[in-house]
Amino acid sequence: MMTLPDSAIKHLELKANEIRQDIIKMLLEAGSGHSAGPLGMADILTALYFHILHHNPHNPDLADRDRLVLSNGHICPVLYTTLAHSGYFPVSELKTLRKLGTRLQGHPHRGSLPGLETTSGPLGSGLSQSCGMAYVAKMDQKTWRVICLMSDGEQEAGNTWEAVMFAGKNKLDNLVGVIDRNNIQIDGFTEDIMPLEPLKDKYESFNWHVVDIDGHNFQSIHDAFDLAKTIHSKPTLILAHTTPGKGVSFMENKYEWHGKAPNKQEAEEALTQLRHIEEAIRHA
Amino acid sequence: MLNDQAHLNPKLFDDDIEQVPSRNGYGEGLVLAADANDQVVALCADLTESTRTEEFAKKYPNRFIEIGVAEQNLAAVASGMAAAGKVPFITSYAVFSPGRNWEQIRTTVCYNNQPVKIIGSHAGISVGPDGATHQALEDLAIMRALPNMVVVCPCDSIEAKKATVAIAKNSKPSYLRLSRSDVPVITTESTSFEIGKAEVFYEGKDVAIIACGQMVYRALLVAKELKEHGISIRVINNHTIKPLDQKTILKAAEETRAVVTVEEHQIHGGLGAAVAELISQNFPVPIKIIGIEDRFGESGEPEELLEKFGLTTENIKKAVLQVLRMKEK
Repeated sequence: MMTLPDSAIKHLELKANEIRQDIIKMLLEAGSGHSAGPLGMADILTALYFHILHHNPHNPDLADRDRLVLSNGHICPVLYTTLAHSGYFPVSELKTLRKLGTRLQGHPHRGSLPGLETTSGPLGSGLSQSCGMAYVAKMDQKTWRVICLMSDGEQEAGNTWEAVMFAGKNKLDNLVGVIDRNNIQIDGFTEDIMPLEPLKDKYESFNWHVVDIDGHNFQSIHDAFDLAKTIHSKPTLILAHTTPGKGVSFMENKYEWHGKAPNKQEAEEALTQLRHIEEAIRHA
Repeated sequence: MLNDQAHLNPKLFDDDIEQVPSRNGYGEGLVLAADANDQVVALCADLTESTRTEEFAKKYPNRFIEIGVAEQNLAAVASGMAAAGKVPFITSYAVFSPGRNWEQIRTTVCYNNQPVKIIGSHAGISVGPDGATHQALEDLAIMRALPNMVVVCPCDSIEAKKATVAIAKNSKPSYLRLSRSDVPVITTESTSFEIGKAEVFYEGKDVAIIACGQMVYRALLVAKELKEHGISIRVINNHTIKPLDQKTILKAAEETRAVVTVEEHQIHGGLGAAVAELISQNFPVPIKIIGIEDRFGESGEPEELLEKFGLTTENIKKAVLQVLRMKEK
């Protein structure tokens, strides 16, 4: 495993912090949307688009690009912000989120915005679509990978397990699933709503290779995606333990923040906290 | 009288007319589509033989994917394959696909606009002994309501073959509705077929019968019989429910001023509803919709069920006389 230089980690941490600040701004502007999930996944999205994925923002249809499928479409504010910062479209467009005529639909719509591989929102189908893509890549002997981001809540959906079974059967080792294991969903904590554990054992029993990581540690994120390349005949699941609302103290681990946007005062407080973190990273 | 230009089966009105399930035509068409385009793949949910996907699976094993009893996965995996450049055909019984996986079809196929071809076999009451759970009577309604979706219900096996080849080339999400049981082969290889283009099979001016699937045959029988009683009936084979051939249907409404629709589907939301929506808003004329009257089917032989549920030439004749009276008022 390659150890990332401190400078690279610092660069990624600052980028993720910038993305978090933009998420707060766009949600305030939109007046509705999801806060906790996008903040929690900012580090993984940053690592993917600024370090891991083979992609080209100036050629979104690049034939051998890695495919990033966002199954839990409701966390699209983090995907949109990361795509914009990568150069897929102007950052200024982020403030149009959820507005009439926008390319940034409330849930992602392929074809409306460059960089989106699928239309998503209804939970449980993204892994199936990813399986279809990965299956074709194998059929046609392509080298690109498929990364499927999922929520933990959608592990309650039957469709998810149909896909888990399919990927295991077909030994889709070019597929990496990532579960945002933040333990919350709209109605409460996952283990109260519908217990998911032991998730690792469940995936392993379906012939997946499972890696547990801290979803806020760039070295761990890097290592997990690197390791996935060396696993043959099995898809890899990265069980990413994240803090929902990461970086904003009053949102962290609060399921009440799953599906709502901050008001002006809350947004100001959130931005103040994130700027403090930004300063700390700069001076570390 | 019969439209010569339609080149229908010369044995059309013979008692020993050949009978073949329309799913067989799909099976042949799929192989033809696959011969012509190596991007065509087929996915099946544990019903390979009965949906007639077997020939394809034998000829192109590397392009055949068995999904198991998982119709939601069936639709969404196909969506992913289409996104990666394939032309996927997904096959099951219509109650399961597009029945069980409607939302996956809506989001990952239609809204996502991927050219997945949904093949719903065993549609209609004529599924027979399996009973109501396996008789899809609502599939046209749920597919027709989806933006981007093309909906085709062929009248026989030859048309099913042509429709299969046609949807493989149209680059759009498409639904093809098929029958399980034997249905009379009324068309020939020479009969023209184009998606979205209804065909006049029988020329007439007093009443238009617009039908799809195996009901087209019954409509033709009625047209022939009533001609002998001086009633001139136009029979339209409306294989494409969406997009509807507005021109041919409105022309029929204007020229006959009385319309009967016949389908092996609920009276709500299917062919009759589509025709009524069009006619009522553009050229209102009396119309009767013949179909399943808002109820579930049951076990029985196909012919017994068609009789019991009112999909008979007798009922079509009654409806013809009714719209004629309404028109004359």
